[in-house]
Amino acid sequence: MTKILAFPQMGNYYVPANYLFSHILNLKIMPPKKITKNTIELGSKNSPDFVCTPFKYTLGTMIECLDDGANVVMQFGGGCRYGYYSELQEQILKDLGYDFIYVNLISAGKADIKKIYYKLKELNPRLKIVKSLYYLLIARFMVKYMDKVDDYIRHNIGFEKNYGEFEALNGKMLKEFSKVKSLFELRHVYKKYFKLMKNVQVNKPLNCLKVGIIGELYTIMEPFANYYLERELANYNIEITRFTNVEYLLFQKGSKLKKYIKEAREYIKYNMGADASDNVARTLEMCKQNYDGIIHIKSSFCTPEIGAMPIISKICEKYDVPIIFFSFDSSTSEVGIKTRLEAFYDMIEMRKKK
Amino acid sequence: MNCYLGVDIGSISTKGVIIDDNNNIICSLYLWTEGNPVNAVKKLVEQLKNKIPDGYLVRGIGTTGSARRLIGLMLDANVVKNEITAHAVGTLSIHPEVRTILEIGGQDSKIILVDKGIVIDYAMNTLCAAGTGAFLSSQAKRLNIPIEEFGEIALKSTNPTKIAARCTVFAESDLVHKSQMGYSKEDIVAGLCKSIVLNYLNNVGKGKKIKGPIVFQGGVSKNKGVIKYFKEILNADIIVDENGHLMGAIGIAILARQKRLEKTYSLEMAEIDFKTLGIECNKCPNNCELLKIYKNNQLIETIGSMCGRE
Repeated sequence: MTKILAFPQMGNYYVPANYLFSHILNLKIMPPKKITKNTIELGSKNSPDFVCTPFKYTLGTMIECLDDGANVVMQFGGGCRYGYYSELQEQILKDLGYDFIYVNLISAGKADIKKIYYKLKELNPRLKIVKSLYYLLIARFMVKYMDKVDDYIRHNIGFEKNYGEFEALNGKMLKEFSKVKSLFELRHVYKKYFKLMKNVQVNKPLNCLKVGIIGELYTIMEPFANYYLERELANYNIEITRFTNVEYLLFQKGSKLKKYIKEAREYIKYNMGADASDNVARTLEMCKQNYDGIIHIKSSFCTPEIGAMPIISKICEKYDVPIIFFSFDSSTSEVGIKTRLEAFYDMIEMRKKK
Repeated sequence: MNCYLGVDIGSISTKGVIIDDNNNIICSLYLWTEGNPVNAVKKLVEQLKNKIPDGYLVRGIGTTGSARRLIGLMLDANVVKNEITAHAVGTLSIHPEVRTILEIGGQDSKIILVDKGIVIDYAMNTLCAAGTGAFLSSQAKRLNIPIEEFGEIALKSTNPTKIAARCTVFAESDLVHKSQMGYSKEDIVAGLCKSIVLNYLNNVGKGKKIKGPIVFQGGVSKNKGVIKYFKEILNADIIVDENGHLMGAIGIAILARQKRLEKTYSLEMAEIDFKTLGIECNKCPNNCELLKIYKNNQLIETIGSMCGRE
């Protein structure tokens, strides 16, 4: 039996994941499945009702992949409750009667390189350390470049002259990324596309509206889960700043967290779990930098963010910066979100004009 | 002379207003939506058209309310805006000094905080219809009281009963319970009015600093009982405008004036054939519910598609 590997989706990050696993594991990899309404329906149907939405999305994707013939499922834990979710997901899938191998690379939120290595070795007994490390390095830089490009796009996409140019370029870049053979080539592709993107014509006024997005990581990074919030904001000609991305979570958070807690010591003393303390500190930072507004998004029942929300509103009240909170669930009405977002835009625009 | 039409299509009622260049109301109309926004607006526009004095040209149309997008397409409006902004703009044109706008409509309720003429914060009810007009009218029907007399009856009570107002379903069971226990109708009606206020302040107004001058509007602002309890609980004066129910329409008419195009609109509705067709697009697993809108048998827009397919 050939092993076919599948893993949950989040934004465009399937590209580096796919790249890494296809090079180091001797397995067939299932092409990434885009999240659709079917995904979330499947996920919600088989999840506990009050579990947070990332659980439902990832479970939905896994069921879709297993139905399509995958037989190895990979999952990564997180820094909150999510770290303990994969055991539950495995049990649910087994109860549904699927026969598969479940690989949980990061369990209980702790990344142990040695354990990960042994788990991968089980999947591919001929795994070579040096080769894996090399491709890991390429994947790591791919994430870095992707996030750099993403940040640039986010700042400018609301102002592009010909609609859709950035997204098209980004799509092409990701396609070329997945075909690179060396670190050198990756860097070359990145430089080429970054240059092309800098040449995209933008019509950006000097004091445009600036909005920051903070909140729970999955909802922020998977556009389907936040009803394409960034695209919606771009249509209003807003410059968007977003702090959370995979580069931050995997490579910067460790060193930045202490600094963040120190900066926001007036409001928090200890780490609040997941990205809650980061978001408090970022709110403070954005308030001091005179942002026009802050949007806080999370999936329903996200406990760390619920803890951070009262502190965030207190900071915003003190600095007089408008903030809006969205909580996304599988049954959220899209119209309600659009109405509130439009009103938020009108509000910050009115304030700016004054 | 120029005039501008503002239409506010809510779940229960449809409001239309025509203003001139100085924001003066030329004529206005209030109709029941009766679950059919297209017909309601056709009726509204037909009747408003006959009320416009000679010599006025319609130079802008704005739509707001829950059916704003559909009606915006139908009327070819130059402004389609959410009801929060429309209400704020409308109220500010009449009460420029206002600090807090309380609004309770048929299906939704909102609070808008204003400082020096600009909106600084707002909130809208998110999940439940408790504390909205729809709840009041369904209870009025159950108690067999015309909704127009509800407020008057509430004022007669000196001892409003306590009603659990967290949720409409529980509130209703509590109401049944209280009437079976033998409380008088006046006390129950008054309790209901009070529960609307408490529910509003606990849900929509939670954490908001309510400062005077306070303007109360929306359909429920016609209910004297609710006004009384707002005054009592907030311990402040509440301004209720006789045009309170039209504020959204006035606001959107003003926005239509500000963003007008060099164009004159005709209000001939009778000849427009406006049809909608709801289908499920089964071309991908998203299964979007599409609403196709036809004007004179021509497809003008498809609403609800995630990928942009028509």
